[in-house]
Amino acid sequence: MKKLVIIGAGMASGRALERLIDADPEAYDVTLFNAEPRGNYNRIMLSPVLSGEKSYAEIVTHDDDWYAQNNVTCRFGEPVTGIDRDRKVVIGTKGEVPYDKLLIATGSAPFIIPVPGHDKPGVIAYRDLDDTNAMINAADAPGKSAVVIGGGLLGLEAAAGLALRGMSVTVIHLMGHLLERQLDPAAGYLLQKDLEKRGIKVHCQGATKAILGEDRAEAVLLEDGTVYDADLVVMAVGIRPETRAATDAGLDVGRGISVDAQMVTSDPDILAVGECVEFDGQLFGLVAPLYDQAKVVAATLLDQPAAFTPKELSTKLKVTGCDLFSAGDFADGEGREDIVFRDPSRGVYKRLVIEDDQLKGAVFYGDTSDSNWFFGLIRDGEDISDMRETLIFGPAYQGGSPVDPLSAVAALPRDAEICGCNGVCKGQIEDAIAGGATDLGAVRAITKASGSCGTCTGLVEQVLSVTLGDDFKMPAAQSICGCTDMTHEDVRRMIKSQELKSMPAVWQECGWKTSCGCHICRPALNYYLLADWPLDYKDDPQSRFINERKHANIQKDGTFSVVPRMWGGMTNPAELRAIADAAEKYNVPTVHVTGGQRIDLLGVKGEDLPAIWADLNKAGLVSGHAYSKGLRTVKTCVGTDHCRFGTQDSTGLGIKLEKKLWGSWTPHKVKLAVSGCPRNCAEATCKDIGVVCVDSGYQIGVGGAAGMDVKETERLADAATEEDAIELATAFMQLYRENGKYLDRPYKWIAKVGLDWVKERVVDDLESRKALVERFELSQSIYRTDPWAEHVKERAESYQPLANLTLEAAE
Amino acid sequence: MTDWIDIAELNDVPRRGARVVKTAHGCVAVFRTAEDEVFALDNACPHKKGPLSEGIVHGKAVTCPLHNWAISLETGSVMGVDEGQVSTYPARVQDGRILLDGTFLRARAVA
Ligand code: SRM
Ligand SMILES: Cc1cc2nc3c(=O)[nH]c(=O)nc-3n(C[C@H](O)[C@H](O)[C@H](O)COP(=O)(O)OP(=O)(O)OC[C@H]3O[C@@H](n4cnc5c(N)ncnc54)[C@H](O)[C@@H]3O)c2cc1C
Ligand code: SF4
Ligand code: FES
Repeated sequence: MKKLVIIGAGMASGRALERLIDADPEAYDVTLFNAEPRGNYNRIMLSPVLSGEKSYAEIVTHDDDWYAQNNVTCRFGEPVTGIDRDRKVVIGTKGEVPYDKLLIATGSAPFIIPVPGHDKPGVIAYRDLDDTNAMINAADAPGKSAVVIGGGLLGLEAAAGLALRGMSVTVIHLMGHLLERQLDPAAGYLLQKDLEKRGIKVHCQGATKAILGEDRAEAVLLEDGTVYDADLVVMAVGIRPETRAATDAGLDVGRGISVDAQMVTSDPDILAVGECVEFDGQLFGLVAPLYDQAKVVAATLLDQPAAFTPKELSTKLKVTGCDLFSAGDFADGEGREDIVFRDPSRGVYKRLVIEDDQLKGAVFYGDTSDSNWFFGLIRDGEDISDMRETLIFGPAYQGGSPVDPLSAVAALPRDAEICGCNGVCKGQIEDAIAGGATDLGAVRAITKASGSCGTCTGLVEQVLSVTLGDDFKMPAAQSICGCTDMTHEDVRRMIKSQELKSMPAVWQECGWKTSCGCHICRPALNYYLLADWPLDYKDDPQSRFINERKHANIQKDGTFSVVPRMWGGMTNPAELRAIADAAEKYNVPTVHVTGGQRIDLLGVKGEDLPAIWADLNKAGLVSGHAYSKGLRTVKTCVGTDHCRFGTQDSTGLGIKLEKKLWGSWTPHKVKLAVSGCPRNCAEATCKDIGVVCVDSGYQIGVGGAAGMDVKETERLADAATEEDAIELATAFMQLYRENGKYLDRPYKWIAKVGLDWVKERVVDDLESRKALVERFELSQSIYRTDPWAEHVKERAESYQPLANLTLEAAE
Repeated sequence: MTDWIDIAELNDVPRRGARVVKTAHGCVAVFRTAEDEVFALDNACPHKKGPLSEGIVHGKAVTCPLHNWAISLETGSVMGVDEGQVSTYPARVQDGRILLDGTFLRARAVA
C-alpha cells in the first residue's frame, strides 16, 4: 500500500480523509500528525462550547474508534518539525515517517499584534480547544473583566461567550463599525446596539497601544489614552496561513501555500488543503470552500479528475439573538440599484444591491429568515426583473407591506419625548388624540406640544397621522434631502429624544432610504450629532464640505485662503511681521484686509497649508475659522482705550467674547461685534450677536445680518456688567446651536421660534441660562482648540499628494 | 499590456475621501469609497475645473466642491441634469496597496 502522511488533523483534512476512505479504503496507509493533542473536532462549534451551550464531547467529529476502525495511525500532540523532500520523509518531534504522498493541512495561526505586553500571561488568541478552556477558566471567578481586541466574527463570538459566562466585556475594534468586512455601517450599528444590550461595551476606532500589568495582563491601553481593565485579553485580529513547514521545505509559498486547481503544490507528491493554502491569489477562512477543496484532494489522491473553483460565500454570526447575514458584493454605485428596507420598530435592516437585473449582494440584520433564498439568487445570477418591485420582501411576499415613511415615528415608545420645550411625550399626544383631538391645534391646546418653539410640529403631525391613519391629512413638509422623508427639525428631535449618537443610528432609527446618506444630509447630521453629543460623537471630516475639512477656504482655482484670528481685530508688529514673512515665503499672490477686521492670505497651495500654519502658529496666530459654520470674527472699535466717546472697554469685551466662543461649531456662521457707543463704528447692529456699550452697561442685540438679507438686530437684553454680557451671549449661542436648523443664520431661526421664546430661556430663566452656558462649556472642552496646530501635528501628511509621478513620466 | 504602478497604501486615503497623484500633465485624483473601492479620475471638474479630490464622496460619486456637480467615479460622467465627462484611469487594490495603470497614465500625457 502507498503511504499517505497528513500534517494537521483539522476540519479540512478530516473531510478529505472521509472522502478518501469512502471512495477506496485500501488506497493508502495513512499517518495523521496533529500538533493539538486530539483529533478532528468541529472547530466552528468552539463558540457554543465557550458560551456553555455545548460540551467538547458533543463537537468531536472523529473519535478514537473512528480512527481505529479506519486504520489511521494517529500521532496527536506531535507537531511536525520538518519535511525532507529528497528522502520523502516527514519529521515529527518523536521520529520520522516516510511518505509516497504528503498532504499539508496545517490551517492558520492567529495573528498577535506585537504591542508591548502581548506576551504576558492572560493574553490569548481564539483558535483551539485550549484557548476556549483558558477563557472558560478565566471567567470562573465572579467580577472579572475581559477585553477582546478585534470586532470581527471570532472576536464577537468570544465576547458574547465571555459575557454569557458573567465577565464584563469590552470589544476594541480598529475600524469605524463592527464586522466591517461583512456589514455596511447601518447593519454594524444594529449589531453594536444588540451587543450593548447584553452589556458588552464596544469601542470602535480604537487602536491598541499596549497591554499593561505587572506579572500578567491587567489592563489594555489605547492610542487615544483610554484604559480598560482586563483580567483576560483575547486577541482576535485575524489569522494567517500556517505555512512554516511548507516554506522550510522549499515549496512555493505566497501568502499561503500555492496550489493548483487539483490542490497540488509545486512538488507533485505534496498536496495541501484548507486555510493554509492560497489558490489563484485567494485565501480561505470559512469551511464551505475547504470542504470543496477536500473533495478535490481526495479525488486527486485517487488519480481521479477534479478541479476546485471558489464559490460565492455568505456569512452568519453565531451569537444567539444577533441575526445577521451578508453575501456577495454590496458596494453601491452607478448602474447599481440599492433597495433598502428599514423597520425601526423591529430593528430590521435589509439591503439588496442589484445590477443588470441580477442580485449582486445582500446585507440583512434582525430578520434573516429568507437569507438562503437570497443567497441562491446571488450565487446563481438569476434574472430578478420580474420580482424587482417586491424582491426585498422575500419569497413569501405577495402582499408584503411597502416601506412606510412614518415607521420611524410609529416605532417610538410611548415615553419618547416629542416636544422638548414642554416635555410632552408621544403617549400624552396619543392620549389626547384618543380623547378626541384630531388636529394639530387641538393637540396643541390640550398638551402644549409644539406650542412653544414649534420645531417639533412635524413630529406631532406624524404622531397624528400614525394614530389616525387616513383621517389625518399630513401637510407636506420639506424633508432634508432625498434620503429621508423627515425634516431637519424632526430628525433633530429624534437625535435628542432617542439618544442617537452616530450617523448609522440616525439612518436606522429615522428610516433613511439610502444606505449611507448623501452630500446634503451628511454635513447636517454631522453638525447635529457633534452639537448634541459633544463627548460621544466623533466628528467625521469626510462628511464636511472641503473648507471645513481642510480648515481653509477653497478658491476658484483650487488654491486656498488662510485667515489667522486677530482677536477683536487687534494685532501688533510681531504678528504682522509673521504674516508678511509667511506671505513672502509661500508666494502668496494676494493679501487682503477683510471686512471682518483681519488679514486674508489668498491663493495658498493646498500642500503648503500645514507649513504656513506651522509658521503662523509659531508667532502665536491660530485659525480664524473664516471657512466655518462656526464663530467667525468679533469686530470691535477702539472704545474707552482711545476714543473720546467710548463708554466701556469695547475692545476688551470683544476679545473676551472671541476667546470664549472660538472653535465652536454652529448651524451657520456666527459673527459678533462690540461697539463702544451708539455711534456703532463696529457695525454691531447688523451682526448675529452685537453689543453696543452705553453708560449704564451693555445692550445686547441678536439676529442681525448684512449679507443677502440686511437685518437690524433685535434687543435680547441689557446687561449691567461684562460678565452678564458674556453669559447672555454664550447662552444665546448655545440655544442657537441646540435648536437652529443647519444652514439657518440666527435671524432665520429667531423668525421661526420667536424672540420671546429665546428670551424666556436665555434672559428670564436664570437656571436655564446657567445650564445653557454649562452645556456650551462642555462642548468647548472638546472644540476650543486650534485645528491648524492639530492638523500640523497629526495630519500634515494628508495634505501632500499621494504620489508624485512627474519625474517618472519625464523619463 | 497593463503596467501596474504601486502608488501607496490604501489606508493613506481616508474612506469616503481622496488624495491626488501628481503627473507631468496635471493631477489625478484617487478616490476611496466607504466600501474600500478605489477610482482614479482627472482632478478637474468638467464645469470649471474644480478639484474633484476635495469634494464630498457619497456612494460611488463625488460632489464637486465648487458648484456641486455630481460626478460618477465609475464612468467619469456628470450625473443629473448637467453634462460633461472626466477621464478615468484603471485603478485597483491589491494586498492593501493602491495600484494605478502606468501605461494609461503615460498615454494621457501624450494625448
Ligand atoms: C474674505 C471676505 C471678503 C473680504 O475680503 O473682505 C469674505 C469672503 C467670502 N465670503 Fe463673506 N467675506 C467676508 C466678509 C463678509 C461680510 C462682512 C462682515 O463679516 O462684516 C458679510 C456680510 C455680513 C454677514 O455675514 O451678515 C459677508 C457675507 C457673506 C455671505 C452672505 C451670508 C448671508 O447669510 O447672507 C456669504 C455666503 C454664505 O456664507 O453662505 C459669504 C461667503 C463668503 C465666501 C466664504 C464665499 C465662499 O463660500 O467661498 C468668501 C470666501 C473668499 C475666500 O476665498 O476667502 N459672505 N461676508 C470677508 C471675510 C471676513 C473675515 O475676516 O472672516
Ligand atoms: C472559534 C471559531 C469559530 C469559527 N466559526 C466558523 C463559522 O461559523 N463558519 C465557518 O465557515 N468557519 C468558522 N471558523 C473557521 C473554521 O474553523 C476554519 O476555517 C477551519 O477549521 C479550517 O480548517 P483547516 O483544516 O484548514 O485548519 P484547522 O481546523 O485549524 O486544522 C489545522 C490543524 O493543524 C494543526 N497543525 C498546524 N501546524 C502543524 C504542524 N506543524 N504539525 C502538526 N499539526 C499542525 C493544528 O494544530 C490544527 O489542529 C471558525 C474558527 C474558529 C476558531
Ligand atoms: S462678496 Fe463675498 S462671496 Fe461675493 S465675490 Fe466677494 S468675497 Fe466672494
Ligand atoms: S467646477 Fe465643478 S461644479 Fe463648477
